[in-house]
Amino acid sequence: MSRTSGERDGRPPEPSEDAPDDALPGALSVNDIELRLLMEAIFLRYSYDFRDYTGASQKRRVHYALGQMELPSVSALQERVLRDPAMFARLLQYLTVPVSEMFRDPGYFLALRQQVVPHLHTYASVTVWVAGCSTGEEVYSLAILLREEGLLERSRIYATDINPESLAQARQGIFPLEAVRKYTANYQRSGGKRAFSDYYTAAYDAARFDPTLCADVIFADHSLATDSVFAQTQLVSCRNVLIYFNRALQDRALGLFHESLSHRGFLGLGSKESIDFSSWAGRFDTLARSERLFRKKS
Amino acid sequence: MTATGSPQAPLTARMRAIELVAIGASAGGVDALLTLLADLPVHWRLPVVIVLHLPEGHESRLPALFAERSRVKVHEAHDKLPIEPRTLYFAPAGYHLSVERERCFSLSCEPPVLFSRPSIDVLMISAADVYGAALAGLLLTGANEDGAEGLRQIGRAGGLTAAQDPDTALSPTMPRAALALRRPDVVRPLAGLREFLIEMDNAHAQ
Repeated sequence: MSRTSGERDGRPPEPSEDAPDDALPGALSVNDIELRLLMEAIFLRYSYDFRDYTGASQKRRVHYALGQMELPSVSALQERVLRDPAMFARLLQYLTVPVSEMFRDPGYFLALRQQVVPHLHTYASVTVWVAGCSTGEEVYSLAILLREEGLLERSRIYATDINPESLAQARQGIFPLEAVRKYTANYQRSGGKRAFSDYYTAAYDAARFDPTLCADVIFADHSLATDSVFAQTQLVSCRNVLIYFNRALQDRALGLFHESLSHRGFLGLGSKESIDFSSWAGRFDTLARSERLFRKKS
Repeated sequence: MTATGSPQAPLTARMRAIELVAIGASAGGVDALLTLLADLPVHWRLPVVIVLHLPEGHESRLPALFAERSRVKVHEAHDKLPIEPRTLYFAPAGYHLSVERERCFSLSCEPPVLFSRPSIDVLMISAADVYGAALAGLLLTGANEDGAEGLRQIGRAGGLTAAQDPDTALSPTMPRAALALRRPDVVRPLAGLREFLIEMDNAHAQ
């Protein structure tokens, strides 16, 4: 594997000209075999299960990691990862996609306010699960929304992810000020009721969000691939996580959500995600189609 | 351009192997895509997947626009949607679009590539990985260099590559970047690319 100059621009690398991938059509290429073996090795050694993640994105991320770590092949990476837990901790940062934003898809949060919040008000206490919370942008968005709707004081939010570094960042609630400008526009379009700057203090180039927003947030390590349900919830928000899973793993995750949700509980997915192809399609009603809000059938 | 026995004969043979067409465009792309794809023949068979750079947060109106002007099916490419014949697929705004080994689409929120998400390179490289010589890639007008590397990798995987003649493109940067990296099999104005597509689909039908 040669690393080309293009990789510095964030482009995926490629097999070098002098080592053509001459697998028969339909057969697994050497690259694909190496990737599959790496995921098996990670599972056996560290119990992190990436075996049912979608191939194209996983391949890009592993190859990007190879470039950053200056390793010649996926096989070489596998050897290092197997023998050195610190190396796996590094690789984990590439395997997960910590790209998120606050109030991404404002229409989703508007629909939550208008169509879900009135139901949540009927509960004495509300439990929310943000599955795959990454660095916490969505957690803070939901906490702000719940506070403005008078629900945060009686809510508990479980924010889970498989990446401990992401969880640590999420606990801090510090986001780049430059990004917060975009979040402000999102917040306003999401039905926000105050000035967004009420929720953070700016220092240098960072915004630190009000820690009382997360007084009742539990950040925890949880894998949708290997762990089971840990709480009964009224709302599960899992957006742009399932896109990295194949159908089988999507089914597993949706099964966990269904089991976790209380009678007629609510499920929110990413704007291009779908339950139509899953075996759970018939077990949810569609509450808001384009906002991807669903409700557990009774 | 069609006569068998001409220097293009090998091209015609390679056309027969094509099972998916991937198209990338940026600035000036809507008009270019309409010229290329509006009113495809009734008997059109190949699946076509299109990345047009769009501002994030704006829902693409392209599927609706093309549905009005097309007799083939038109869809936004959703997560895990199987790739089917006689269909135009458009990448949604704000996500990278890839082709999976199972011959379905996948979406991802990885960071933009060359300031672009969706990225033409991401689509083309992932599709070349799965389809190899059964993929044709077309790169049209655009003001950045996204897609040049993707088209190169399609060519290296044995697929057919075509670029809009830069002199005829509203914004020549993108096809010019492709030409600089690796000479595409076909370089033509839009009308010629449309003929190329139709010839390819006819070859596919045989």
